[in-house]
Amino acid sequence: MKSAVIQLPGLNRDRDMIAALKKVSGNAPALVWQTETELPDVDLIVIPGGFSYGDYLRCGAIAARMPVMKAVAEKAAQGVMVMGVCNGFQILLECGLLPGALMRNASLRFVCREVKLQVANANTAFTRGYAPNQIIRCPVAHHDGNYFAEPETLKRIEGEGQVVFRYAQGTNPNGSINDIAGIVNTGGNVLGLMPHPENLIEAAHGGTDGRALFESALSKVA
Amino acid sequence: MNIPNTPRITDDLVAAHGLKPEEYQRILDLIGREPTFTELGIFSAMWNEHCSYKSSKKWLRTLPTEGPQVIQGPGENAGVVDIGDGQCVVFKMESHNHPSYIEPYQGAATGVGGILRDVFTMGARPIAAMNALRFGSPDHPKTRHLVAGVVAGIGGYGNSFGVPTVGGELNFDPRYNGNCLVNAFAAGLARTDAIFYSKAEGVGLPVVYLGAKTGRDGVGGATMASAEFDADIDEKRPTVQVGDPFTEKCLLEACLELMATGAVIAIQDMGAAGLTCSAVEMGAKGDLGIELDLDKVPVREERMSAYEMMLSESQERMLMVLRPEKETEAEAIFRKWGLDFAIVGRTTDDRRFRVLHQGEEMANLPIKELGDEAPEYDRPWVAPAAPAALDPSSIPETDIADALLKLVGSPDLSSRRWVWEQYDTLIQGNSLQIPGGDAGVVRVEGHPTKALAFSSDVNPRYCEADPYEGGKQAVAECWRNLTATGAEPLAATDNLNFGSPERPEIMGQFVRAIEGVGEACRTLGFPIVSGNVSLYNETLGEPILPTPTIAGVGLIPDWSRMARIGFAAEGEVILLAGAPEDWGTHLGQSAYLRDVHGRAEGPPPPVDLAHEKQVGDFVRGLIRTGMATAVHDCSDGGLAVAVAEMAIASGIGARIHPNGGNSAAVFFGEDQSRYVFTCTRQDVDKVLEKAREADVSLFVIGETGGSELKLGKAHAISVEDIKNTHEGWFPRYMQG
Repeated sequence: MKSAVIQLPGLNRDRDMIAALKKVSGNAPALVWQTETELPDVDLIVIPGGFSYGDYLRCGAIAARMPVMKAVAEKAAQGVMVMGVCNGFQILLECGLLPGALMRNASLRFVCREVKLQVANANTAFTRGYAPNQIIRCPVAHHDGNYFAEPETLKRIEGEGQVVFRYAQGTNPNGSINDIAGIVNTGGNVLGLMPHPENLIEAAHGGTDGRALFESALSKVA
Repeated sequence: MNIPNTPRITDDLVAAHGLKPEEYQRILDLIGREPTFTELGIFSAMWNEHCSYKSSKKWLRTLPTEGPQVIQGPGENAGVVDIGDGQCVVFKMESHNHPSYIEPYQGAATGVGGILRDVFTMGARPIAAMNALRFGSPDHPKTRHLVAGVVAGIGGYGNSFGVPTVGGELNFDPRYNGNCLVNAFAAGLARTDAIFYSKAEGVGLPVVYLGAKTGRDGVGGATMASAEFDADIDEKRPTVQVGDPFTEKCLLEACLELMATGAVIAIQDMGAAGLTCSAVEMGAKGDLGIELDLDKVPVREERMSAYEMMLSESQERMLMVLRPEKETEAEAIFRKWGLDFAIVGRTTDDRRFRVLHQGEEMANLPIKELGDEAPEYDRPWVAPAAPAALDPSSIPETDIADALLKLVGSPDLSSRRWVWEQYDTLIQGNSLQIPGGDAGVVRVEGHPTKALAFSSDVNPRYCEADPYEGGKQAVAECWRNLTATGAEPLAATDNLNFGSPERPEIMGQFVRAIEGVGEACRTLGFPIVSGNVSLYNETLGEPILPTPTIAGVGLIPDWSRMARIGFAAEGEVILLAGAPEDWGTHLGQSAYLRDVHGRAEGPPPPVDLAHEKQVGDFVRGLIRTGMATAVHDCSDGGLAVAVAEMAIASGIGARIHPNGGNSAAVFFGEDQSRYVFTCTRQDVDKVLEKAREADVSLFVIGETGGSELKLGKAHAISVEDIKNTHEGWFPRYMQG
């Protein structure tokens, strides 16, 4: 499995993501700068976390309008797997590749801590390495992770099993509606999530609960 | 606002620039004519306390700055220390006190931005940040606003830039009511063969301006930072700069990319006094002249005068001397990152600093005298009086358990979780220990086992009572915190925050504190490789507590043998190393005396530095054998608070059995050089034997287990209750 990491000015967890992909797959991902209009032939495209364009205007709003995102949307339409983490999730929402919006945390403060996640749908290409309803540890680090969707949209994504991760055991750090931490598109090939599984994949991180997500996405598990 | 270039030089104008009449006379003697208005601004920027260290230089020279591990000591953008394998750690701490009091969010944010720039200017990628914060009394009307703004500003900048904040301190004291302290630390990792310096070399080479555009923000900032506050400080808001972490992140990537091409001869970030200070430093260090053409400087405001451009403190800017043949390549890198790149001048051979604007020469000054030959003072000082001894019988008996709960839930000793959860502590994926332990630890990327430990320490209460012992203690505690993780302390940076040096009693505090710092650094082999002095920290004549913050870096050769503070398991033996026969004796200036009895009295605990080293070396050695399963130093609040913190971090209880007394001094005394640690039952004899061999006092004081903490005869407290009390104060306070 080949992967690519999208690079935009202001993203800052790209190095974490590159390291995680390399450690799990054994191969370094291709790096794609924001001005590229074509993407290499890969199985997984990742938009990492950070503060693209400083989060100015609105998180992810400027990044979503860069040429490379048009190419990402085309690949997503062809069924290529796309994963956006944190700012990457915000960018996917701004692109319209995923439904809903991320608002400022209910506390109005940036929050970096470990939370618990429930794997709400273990039947996706990203989550099949987990057991259904498994509770995993995962860190979060964001200022704008408060997921919101209109009642109708919410009903639809809940009904279709598009909610794949939920904050569990009272650890919702941002006020997200229905404790939503990560969702997929209707095709199941585009995932957006606020937590950072890339920061919990090896002993040095104090745990490896994030690893199965990468193993699933990189087809390391059946 | 537009400051024209043509006002007449009057006594009032000279005074408004923070220059004393004798300093102005020195300018007249030096250039043989009346300076232009722009020149006056340049002198004011270069000769103020903040940039010239004119009151402190004499004393700073006495600090030990060398050692086999030191690659670069003070005098550059940051200190550089060898960590083996062709790698080095580049670090410094710097204050942003005055701006943060005036405008807490931006003041603190740009403090972080400035220190990060100091580090990556030298070719290092920042890998860790810390901050040491001091605020006024919690019940002072401004304190909550300052805490909220400063913490948000530090997070806002550091998180966006992408550096993990792994440590720091935060304390309250009424003496900071009118003048908070924001000391920001950053460390970066570089290759020893790719360090970049500010010394310009070569004549006729292009001087390049990089980064963000120049505006009017911060004009005169360094001069503002070199004066005490008066009642009109709110009018100084326009002198505080505005930070843009996004541009800084781009600047980091562009600089590192450019440095890798071999195009950079010299580089200097624009910090205090912006274009003036960076250009003068580069030229003066290289014994060269610099000529700047301000028409070429990228600006974001119209009709800026030469004076304003030379004194602007707009953030996220760099100045560089470039290899001319690499110009096109260099420019392409900066354009890719959306940054400005402009050739604004050249190096010359005449050691003059020339500034041209709209065809006119606005300044023509001797560069050496502006830079490294600025004025220097030997200010009068008086030694501080020794504090009266504390009469132990004057302290009423207290319930030990109740006193412990009071201390762990006090403003100064309660958990700082509310603060550090607003900082990204995990970014870069290398954080091994985040705030809440003895030191932050970050593994060295690219190396299988090495890690770096970081700690920032000072006890201003001790320094106020006895600046010499307080200075020693700050260094010793930093060294001890690094040691408690298993790290070998390598070197430190100092951030010396004091009141007005023009007052002999403040100067006396400064001199004695430096003597203490120097003594401790020498004995512990812990040199000072960079630093910053912040004087005039006073408002309406009330000075802050003397606060010489020490931030240190240590090396852990194998992080799989690193210690943490949380108890590792139930049924382990708890030991106390380095303590006197009674475990604890010294209550003078202790947190217990202040927070339980409302008294700040007596001398601070003295530090026996040779003993400190002996105990620390023993504990570090033990950690490396793997036998010490949890380690924590004893500091504020003494033994009881140390044990409570170990219980909180693990959720495991403990019983402590004092061999003799159950007195407050045993549990809350702040005797120095002590560590609490645990080992398994089967290792305890081996551990005791090792202590005997090392001639270090070691007592078995109790065992871990259960869900309660029981201190001698005092009533047991559940760890849950201690934790809730410890975690509760800060969020409750901030909610108002």
